[in-house]
Formats: sequence, structure tokens, C-alpha cells
Amino acid sequence: MLFTSYSFIAFILVLFVIYYLVPRRFQWMLLLLASYLFYFLASPEYLIYISLTTVSTFLAAFRIGRLADAHQSHLAAHKSSLTRDERKAGKEALKQRQRRLLVACMLLNFGLLAVMKYTNFALANVNGLLQAFGSERQLAFLNIALPMGISFYTFQSMGYLLDVYRGKTSAQKNVFRLALFVSFFPQLVQGPISRYDELAQTLYGPHKPDWTHISYGLQRILWGFFKKLVIADRILVAVNTIIRTPEEYQGVFVLVGMLFYTLQLYADFTGGIDITIGIAEVLGIRVQENFNAPFLARNITDYWRRWHISMGTWFRDYLFYPLSVSRPMLNLSRSARRKLGESLGKRVPVYLCTLIVWFATGIWHGSSWNFIVWGLLNGVVIMVSQACEPLYTRFHQRFQVKERLAYRAFEIVRTTLLMSAIRLFDCYRDVPLTFRMFGTMFTTPNYGQLFHGQAMQLGLSGADYLVLAAGVAIIVASGIRRKPGSMRERLEPLPAAWRYAAMYLLLIAILLFGAYGVGYDASQFIYNQF
Amino acid sequence: MDELIGILEGLHPDVDFRQTAGLIDDGVLDSFDIISLVAEIDNIFDVQIPAAEIVPENFNSAQALQDLIERLSDD
Amino acid sequence: MKRLKVMKALLAVCLVLGSLFLLQQLVMPKYVRGIVEGSLVASYYEETTPHDVIFIGDCEVYECFSPVTLWNEHGITSFIRGSAQQLIWQSYYLLEDTLATEKPAVVIFNVLALKYDEPQKEAYNRLTLDGMRLSRTKLEAIRASMMPDEKLIDYLVPLFRYHARWSELTWDDVRYLFGKKPLFHNGYYMRVDVRPVTTVPEGKKLPDYSFGDNAMAYLDKMTALCKENDIELMLIKAPSVYPYWYPEWEEQVEDYASEHGLVYLNFLEHQDETGIDYSTDTYDTGLHMNLSGAEKLSRYLGPILRDTYVLPDRRDDPELSEVWAPKTAFYEQMKADQLAELEQFGYLKSLGARPPDQP
Repeated sequence: MLFTSYSFIAFILVLFVIYYLVPRRFQWMLLLLASYLFYFLASPEYLIYISLTTVSTFLAAFRIGRLADAHQSHLAAHKSSLTRDERKAGKEALKQRQRRLLVACMLLNFGLLAVMKYTNFALANVNGLLQAFGSERQLAFLNIALPMGISFYTFQSMGYLLDVYRGKTSAQKNVFRLALFVSFFPQLVQGPISRYDELAQTLYGPHKPDWTHISYGLQRILWGFFKKLVIADRILVAVNTIIRTPEEYQGVFVLVGMLFYTLQLYADFTGGIDITIGIAEVLGIRVQENFNAPFLARNITDYWRRWHISMGTWFRDYLFYPLSVSRPMLNLSRSARRKLGESLGKRVPVYLCTLIVWFATGIWHGSSWNFIVWGLLNGVVIMVSQACEPLYTRFHQRFQVKERLAYRAFEIVRTTLLMSAIRLFDCYRDVPLTFRMFGTMFTTPNYGQLFHGQAMQLGLSGADYLVLAAGVAIIVASGIRRKPGSMRERLEPLPAAWRYAAMYLLLIAILLFGAYGVGYDASQFIYNQF
Repeated sequence: MDELIGILEGLHPDVDFRQTAGLIDDGVLDSFDIISLVAEIDNIFDVQIPAAEIVPENFNSAQALQDLIERLSDD
Repeated sequence: MKRLKVMKALLAVCLVLGSLFLLQQLVMPKYVRGIVEGSLVASYYEETTPHDVIFIGDCEVYECFSPVTLWNEHGITSFIRGSAQQLIWQSYYLLEDTLATEKPAVVIFNVLALKYDEPQKEAYNRLTLDGMRLSRTKLEAIRASMMPDEKLIDYLVPLFRYHARWSELTWDDVRYLFGKKPLFHNGYYMRVDVRPVTTVPEGKKLPDYSFGDNAMAYLDKMTALCKENDIELMLIKAPSVYPYWYPEWEEQVEDYASEHGLVYLNFLEHQDETGIDYSTDTYDTGLHMNLSGAEKLSRYLGPILRDTYVLPDRRDDPELSEVWAPKTAFYEQMKADQLAELEQFGYLKSLGARPPDQP
């Protein structure tokens, strides 16, 4: 069920009604049922994988929690009689037993993810190598369907497990409640990757119907549909035209495709998250924000604090920090300083960790070299800008432009272009092609063509461009804010009638201008006399 | 404390770390700074800060960081 | 206070739904120009008097027979429930839909549609189904007609289907928001222009000549429905030279007719009696009849209907005469208008015809 399908809309509307009709203590069970139904409708066999992850995570976390509890009560009972060394040894023994459970569970779940997601990629690379060395042998691919949302729910579950291990949260004692956390359907397909301690606060209810939440949630859903249907799905046609015929569309069209793709991805992804958060809000559940005006970022580090936040913080908290402060890294840090000098030496481990994390981020997005190169490029750009930090500082001391509007605009445009350029790896078939197409932007002087009717051949009509322009204007208007606070909070002081009128117009815009349904392909309706 | 301030000023000479709270919340220290700090603290105080302790509350001010170091070296 | 709130909410809901309905009316195709065939099905519901004969089928019925001729010359009342590429299940459900309001003496089905065993094209489905009145019959017709990627809700809420027309809206869409311009009388699509047959196509060899099971099942249902209601079912094949009508198909229909005791009339085999002249009686090189062709066929069909099924001459009925007089006038007016347009432009521009020098 796609978010934008009729059946999904019917599904959530029915759920909303039943949710507030059942006794409140059953609400979370209803959600679990709905989530599993959602998953079942995608493919019954997926249920095996998600159940496996749920049960293994539950057992491991539960056991880790029990060990910690036992340790605590042991300490409390023998507080006076234990020496410091004994306490230390006891703690060490506890950590060791907990770590064994943690590692086993992580191996199982990340192993499952790796097998499902990367086996064929690995096989393809082995085949490539075999071919390169002149071997006739080729390995057969596995015929496995990647379970829906496995990257998201695996990360979410392992985050929970690590939190329990770190003592940040206590283990869930009811396997069904944990199952809901793992499978909560609005965020199953595309995130956000929620943290257990945050989501659990509101996930299990009970929730009284609260008109403010419900209407805010519905507004948010509408806004998401607007972005997805009116903008993303419309511009998709032009993006596909450009990236699927790279022989024909080069130079300026790569630039157009790049910017269009940036807009499409933004509208699609943030729109989807709006729908997710909106659905949760109608249900009285708070799902964390995943975006914070990413295209107002002033540099790439800032961008990654604003784009797909839940993923960025996951990698930071559960990979980047543990890796950076691990014993081998600290040792590396020490020896690097000794050998390379203070300022260069201390950067070595940081850069190494950065590259590892961005490699992981890349491959998490998808099992292809495109994503790996995409991830590494992000890492490289971050490292370069980190290394140039002293230069920036000196520049800003000399020229007091940092807070000028024009300079900020420059930074924003620069960051957006940079991120869009790196995103080209999402688009083209393979890595060499991406580099080649990127190159044609500078080598093919066809910038004049854009204004000679070629823009009309990308699959969009004048009316489509008009809708896109208006849609972007609305998004920009809602996104630019001097003070923090979302669009609807700014609408709040307006009279209720105005707010409802705005929502009504949004609904009409979606129904009329949305790129959905059979009729969207207008060429379909050409009647041939028979 | 002075030693710690010294490390912090090595990272950002322009910040008055004795007076500033909200080093993380206000974005003074980024993740690069944090792991440099962790490495320095390991180097100078011989205290290992585990990943679980890398949370804003422990890094928001020099005082919080000092408390963290004392707590960890006590254990 | 609470009551006021409820009233306000109700009012708001009504306003929203009302405006959405208006929007839907606006974007729905009006079929008043070019593809006017889309208005055929709905025009039935404006009828006030019953009919002796109901035609069902594709363009081979709505362009081949003239109800006004049948009335004026034989006193037979008839209505053509035809539509473009009407598939046999659609014919069946249109018959069911008709039977909900009246019981004709004779139902005439054109057999060309038997060649299609499954849904063909969304656009054609729309031309037939959108005009139907909402009923269980319509829902079943939709279910039987949908292509794999179609959804029932797109039919129930046509706004979902036609919203993309917002950029193509014309004044016609506003002018005919509710009332439609009368374009037809009794389901007949008049064309006075001529484009003679130049070549008679050969039929391409087919891998299999037997009609599909699904199509035949609907023919069975149709036969049963007529029997149940004491209606005579008559099968015809219009005299189009194209699409090619295979002898193997002819044989199957003949067998079916004799097996079920139905009259089957293949106009292709009665060219001498009907007097159809392919150089003057078709407007599109032999696919469809023009006015001259339709009048010839009706003159030929009238006596057959009267004699075979003993239909009374109703021209004496004052009520019916009153209803049919304006129809005749409309018919003559339309004929005059089309001739005038033909005179002026050389072709029927308003009906999407091409200039005579274009193939």
C-alpha cells in the first residue's frame, strides 16, 4: 500500500474511527494489529523477518535488563561489605555478560539485513571480478525480495537494544508492545527512525480524542499529500526523461535534472514524513521531526543536521561516537600524534571514522556503488570543510560578512548546489556515467536550448510548470521563517475560519492538481474513432 | 579544571568556556570537537569516556564535563 | 450553543461537498464537440415514453439506424442504447438498466462486440459507463469492464479521474455544467457527410476464430434475460466493410441463433434489398453509415420488425405523436445544420471530421 493509494487513505480513515471507538487500553493493540495487517498486505512472508527481529531484540534486551537489575539488587544488598575492587570486578562481569547478548543479537539482525540487502550486490561484484580475471564462471543471484522497511526497523530495533545496554532506557517487558514499536506502520517504510524512549512516551496511549491533535494531524497529512502529489509526482516525469536518456539530455539538462531531482526528493521525502507524523498525531502519538528546513543549511554539516535527522543522529550515536572513542581509535590517535605531530595527528582517527560512517550511510541507502560513492563524497566534503575551518575563521575575522543576508544567501545556494550535485549519484545508472554527465554540465554549451522550447519536451506542459512554480512558492513561503515555529503555529493566531479556508484550498489543490489516477496521463484520453 | 579549559580553548580559541553553558545545544561544539575532546581527555586524564556518556548534558559546559571526568575516574 | 456548533459543522461539510461536486461537474468531459458519442448513454434518461424496440451495441447500431425514420414510416418507437466500442457485458448491463424503466417488445443486439472477450481500453469504458445512472447494475457493469489498473472509485468519484482536465477546460465546460446541449434524439448519431469506400479490406488471418467464453457467457445471459422478460431478442450484423467480419464468426452466430430460436440478420448479405451504396452511404470509408445509409437500413428493417414481431403502428397515438413531433423537427434541423456546415467548410468541423483532402 503506497501512501498515495486510495486503499491506504481508506485504511487510515477506517483506523482513525475504530481507534477512538475501542476502549482506550486496547488502542495500542489495534495499532499493532493495523501495522501487521499493513505489513501482511505488502507480503505475508515479510512477517517472518519482522517477527524474528522483534522477538530476538525483545529477548536480548529483556535479558540485558534483568542482568542489570540483578546486579543492582546485589549491590544494594551488599553495599557495605563490597570492596571497591570487588564492585569493579562485578560491574566488569556484568558488562561482559550483557555484551555477549548484545553482540549475538546485533550479529543476527544486522546479519539478516546484510544477507537480504547486500548478497546480490556482493555477488555482482564477485562476478565482475571473475570477468575481469578472465573467468567464464558467474555466480547465480539469489532470488530474495527485500522485506519492506527492513533497513528502518532493523536500525530502530538495534537502537533500542543499545539504549537498554547503555542503561539509557529500561527494557520493555511486553513483547507485543515492543512489536508495535518495531512495526508502527506510518514510519515503517521510510522512517523516521524513532528512539524508543521518545516514541514509547506516547505510543501506548491511552489517547482521548483531542480535536487539536486530530485537526493538526489532518492538516499535516494534507500538506504531505500536497508535496507528494502536486510537486514530487509531477516533476518525476521530467526527471525520468532526463536521467533515462543520458545520450540525449546533457549539459544544461543535467543541471535541470539535478535541480528537479533535488526538488522531487525534497517534496517526496518530506511529504512522506509529513504524512507519517500527521497520521501519528491524529492517533495522539508524537513522532519526532525528521527535517528542519534542510535547504536553509549554511554548510554541509549543517545540512546533515537538518536533513533526515533521525538517520544522522542514529549513525552519530550508535556508530560514529562508539567507533571514535573505541580503544583502537584512541590508540591510533595517540600514535598518530606522536608520529605526525599534534595538529595533523589528532585528525587521523576523526577522518577515518568519518569515512567509515559515511561509507556505512551510503551503503545503508542502497546496495550499489552509486550510494557508496555518494556516501563517501559526503564524508570527503565534510572533511575538507573541517580541514579548511582555520581558513574560514581567518576569512571571517578579516571580512565581517558572516551575518550579512547576501552572504547567508550565498552559503545557502552553495550548500544546496553541492548537495544536489552529490545527489546525482541517486539518478544515473552507474558511477562512471554520473561523473560523465556531471562533466557535460561544463563541457556542453547548450544552455541556450533551454529557452528554445526544449523545456517543453521533458514531459511537462506549460500548465505543469505553472503548478510547479506555484507549489514551490508555497513551500518556500511556508519554509522561510525568521523565528522557529512551524507554518501552522503561525496560522494559529488567525481566525479559525481562515485556517479552515487554507486547509480547504489545500485539499482542492491536491484533488485538482495532484498527479494521481488514470487521468493524469492526459494522453490516455485520446479517442480514436472506431 | 584549568587543564580542561586549556583543551577546550585549543579547539575554539574565541570562546570563553568558563562562562558558556549550552556548548552542544547552541552548536559551539560539533561531533568532530567532541571526539577530539574525548581523545584529549583520554590522553591527559587517562579517563575513557564511553559512547553512552556522549550526551548533551555531559558536554554542555566545562563544569559538566569536569563532573563527568571526576565521576568516571571515581568508578 | 452546542447546537449552533453542530449546525455550523454540518453547514461546512455541505459547503465542502457541494463545492467538490461542482468542481467534479466542471472537470467532467462534456462531449459536446468532437467526441460527442460520450453523451449518448446519458441521453436515454430524458425519455418520457416507452419504446417498442431497444437497440444495444457499439457504433454499428448508433450510426446505422434512424429511429425517426422507423417512427415516421412505420410507427415504431425505438431507442438506441449504443456507445463507442460497447463491449457485450456493457450491452448486457445497459439492457438491464433499460429494463428497470421499461419493457420493450424487441431488443436488437449487434454481434460485432462478440469478438472482444476482455476489457479493451479505459477511454472507451468511460464513454459507455460514465453516462449510466448510478445503480447496482452500473456497479456490475463497471466491475465487468475495468482494465487491470482501473479502480472502482474512479468511476464513483469521476473527479479523481478527470481532475487533470483542469488545464484543458473551455467555455463549454462552464456552459454545460449541468444541462447538456441536445445532440441526439433516441441515441442516433447523425452524420450527413460522405466519404466513400475506396478499398474493401481483406481479413487478417486469426490464430483462433472462436468467440471467447466470457463474451459468449454474456450472450447467454442476454438471451436468458430477454426470455425471462418475454422480450424478443434479435441479432444483427451491421453492413460495415471494416472491421472485417469473418465467415467463421458468421457461422458461430448463425448456429447460436438457430439453437436459441433467434432471428439473425446480417446486413452484409442483404445489400441488394437494403440498397446500401458504399460510395454514398458511409461517411468514413465504410466503417459507419451516414444519414443516407441509416435511413435505407431503417426502411428495410421496419417492415421486418413489424411482420416478425407484430408491432403495432403507433402513429395514431396522440401522446406519442406529441412526443415524436419535436424529435422529427430536431432531426430535420440537425440535418439542415449539418448540410449548411458542410456547405460552408466542406466537412463537419464541429464533429471532429477531417477536411476531405486529408486522409
